[in-house]
Amino acid sequence: MWTRIYAIFIKELKQLSRDRMTFAMILMIPLVQLMLFGYAINTDARHIPVALVDFSQTSQSRAIEQAITATQSVNFVARYNSIEEAEQAIIQGKIKAVLYLPSDLTRRLFDHSLYNHQQINSSMTRPIGQWIVDGSDTVISSAIRGLRNMPLDEISNRPIIQKAPSFAVVQYFNPEQRTVVNIVPGLVAVILTMTMILFTSSAIVREQEQGNMEFLITTPVRPIELMVGKITPYVFVGLIQVVIILSVGFWVFSVPIHGGILSLLVGSILFIAASLTLGLMISTIAKTQLQAMQMTIFILLPSILLSGFMFPYEAMPIVAQWIAEALPATHFMRIIRAIVLRDASILILEYDAIWLGVFVFVGLIIASLRFNKTLE
Amino acid sequence: MSNYGNIVSETVEHAIQAKGLSKRFGDKLAVNKLDLNIPKGSIYGFLGPNGCGKSTSIRLLTGLLTPTEGDVTILGKPLLGNEELFKKRIGYMTQKFSLYDTLTVEENLNFVGSIYSFSRQRKKVRVQELLHLYGLEQQKNQFAGSMSGGQKQRLALACATLHSPELLFLDEPTSAVDPQNRREFWERLFDLCDVGTTILVSTHYMDEAERCHALAILEQGKKRADGSPQTLMDAMPAHVVEVSGDKLRELKHTLIINSNVLSAAQIGAHLRVLVKHCVQDPLTFIAKFSNNRKALIVRPSLEDVFVACTGGRNVD
Ligand SMILES: Nc1ncnc2c1ncn2[C@@H]1O[C@H](COP(=O)(O)OP(=O)(O)OP(=O)(O)O)[C@@H](O)[C@H]1O
Ligand SMILES: [Mg+2]
Repeated sequence: MWTRIYAIFIKELKQLSRDRMTFAMILMIPLVQLMLFGYAINTDARHIPVALVDFSQTSQSRAIEQAITATQSVNFVARYNSIEEAEQAIIQGKIKAVLYLPSDLTRRLFDHSLYNHQQINSSMTRPIGQWIVDGSDTVISSAIRGLRNMPLDEISNRPIIQKAPSFAVVQYFNPEQRTVVNIVPGLVAVILTMTMILFTSSAIVREQEQGNMEFLITTPVRPIELMVGKITPYVFVGLIQVVIILSVGFWVFSVPIHGGILSLLVGSILFIAASLTLGLMISTIAKTQLQAMQMTIFILLPSILLSGFMFPYEAMPIVAQWIAEALPATHFMRIIRAIVLRDASILILEYDAIWLGVFVFVGLIIASLRFNKTLE
Repeated sequence: MSNYGNIVSETVEHAIQAKGLSKRFGDKLAVNKLDLNIPKGSIYGFLGPNGCGKSTSIRLLTGLLTPTEGDVTILGKPLLGNEELFKKRIGYMTQKFSLYDTLTVEENLNFVGSIYSFSRQRKKVRVQELLHLYGLEQQKNQFAGSMSGGQKQRLALACATLHSPELLFLDEPTSAVDPQNRREFWERLFDLCDVGTTILVSTHYMDEAERCHALAILEQGKKRADGSPQTLMDAMPAHVVEVSGDKLRELKHTLIINSNVLSAAQIGAHLRVLVKHCVQDPLTFIAKFSNNRKALIVRPSLEDVFVACTGGRNVD
């Protein structure tokens, strides 16, 4: 039994090392994804292109423009003489928002409590201007909404008087609030889901497609031996990817790794095993590599969207949470973030760890039952 | 007691027995009520055109496919339920190359050796032996994918026979082999046969079929005839007349529409005509059409048998 598993394992390793494309993919997928997600995906929007429609043309309006530019949230890229022109520019997509300053700006400023501290804030107080926003992208509109209560002291060159906040907030684990800190460990889950499922499912389906299976099933190889021998090399592939992602995250994006190596190893192996099992199950259904690929995407999309990688699990509707709970990626997302960011031990994450273990066990049984040793 | 022993040897005398073996794919009956009795130690051929069900029959006999109907007995035991038991005793060379293109010849052989649980030492000896036997020593470090069709088929045969199976299934083993190497290849098959291996080989080459001890002619999933090549030729259900002369193509067209003519095919300077048995005197029959061309009754060849069996028109 072990000689056969070993023979298949060695054969698979040799094939893998000679398949330059796959080999390159093992390294490139994590690197490219890291760069993409690390640099491009940023939920705090900056330098949004906006335009100005200034009907007041006063020193105050220029001061307001400067103060807003100083926040770096927006860049004033154009000026228009009418609201209509500005709206047209929004429709064309040249700008995302327009700041409209009315002709009675000075008067409004003087009436405003944030500017003139003698004024009390009454229900009659009117805003000094208006933002017209392309609200289809919620990230952009919330960035602009952040400007709603901008202090107006700067405009008059007075020292800023900050009101004491009602609550103090202490941000553990990611004090600078960088998105990438949460994304890098999450990427481990996403990339492993993608590569592990795809590699195993297509590795087995390939044998079928290329006719190797027809020979193999007339030999004494047992399904379980074939499966174990074929997927073991990918456990190492998966671990290499974990190392790549976390070390690039550490060196390039300064994402700290707080957790212990042992917890990390156990957690990763559990998830790799779960993904490989999923790949095996796919391989017992798919007839061609293309089908295996399609099914991988079918699993990959919810794993990206529902696992908590993109949106917080808790914020999702209950049905989405049920689906998420059935995906190994969701459980690993919790494990890896807890270990990497919060220095949790795998032992206190027992719910998700046991879930993954049970998934592997049941999945392997299903896969080897489904994998029949005939051509039908 | 000796009587009992006799019965046992009686029952295992056949390497393969099939009764009413059928396989249906959707609407298509790929194998239709196939009966086979293949004696041990013989080379048995499946002869038939493309798509006649040769590969499907072999897959049924190796347990790769489950029959829709019928029973198979292999080496005296029913195949159904004993598939795993037979895995060590049978070898199968698939029609399509089924070894690994990205492994070298030697690695492929070693892999198969490990699959059959050979010890390191035994594997080494056996692989060397096979490399030598099949003339692959020079290519042993070449990737299987980069070899010629004939070399691949030799490697495939080496792999299929690595564990010295008692029963060997070869699905069109020489389709890419040149005539010279095909003779070599058959020498190896006869060597295997000599040490008691039963071989079932599918082919659509006449010269190959003629080398078999016995063969079955298959058409559209049905067995049209079986027996040794000699028996088949002797029992040929038609006369073979060879006509020579000029304008043979014209003659062919007039003959082929006659219902007593099974087939007429030009071979070199002759027209080979198969005339149904019911025609008493084939030469006079031909003379009616051939005006003064020379006509001779000749011995039927296996190809004639094949054409008579599968020509589409039913004999009788
Ligand atoms: N898996 C399958 N599903 C559906 N039809 C099939 C399947 N396998 C074979 N067939 C059909 O069964 C018939 C016999 O096929 P088979 O492969 O046995 O022919 P063959 O005699 O080996 O032909 P060739 O000389 O071309 O190899 C064909 O008509 C084929 O289309
Ligand atoms: Mg075939």
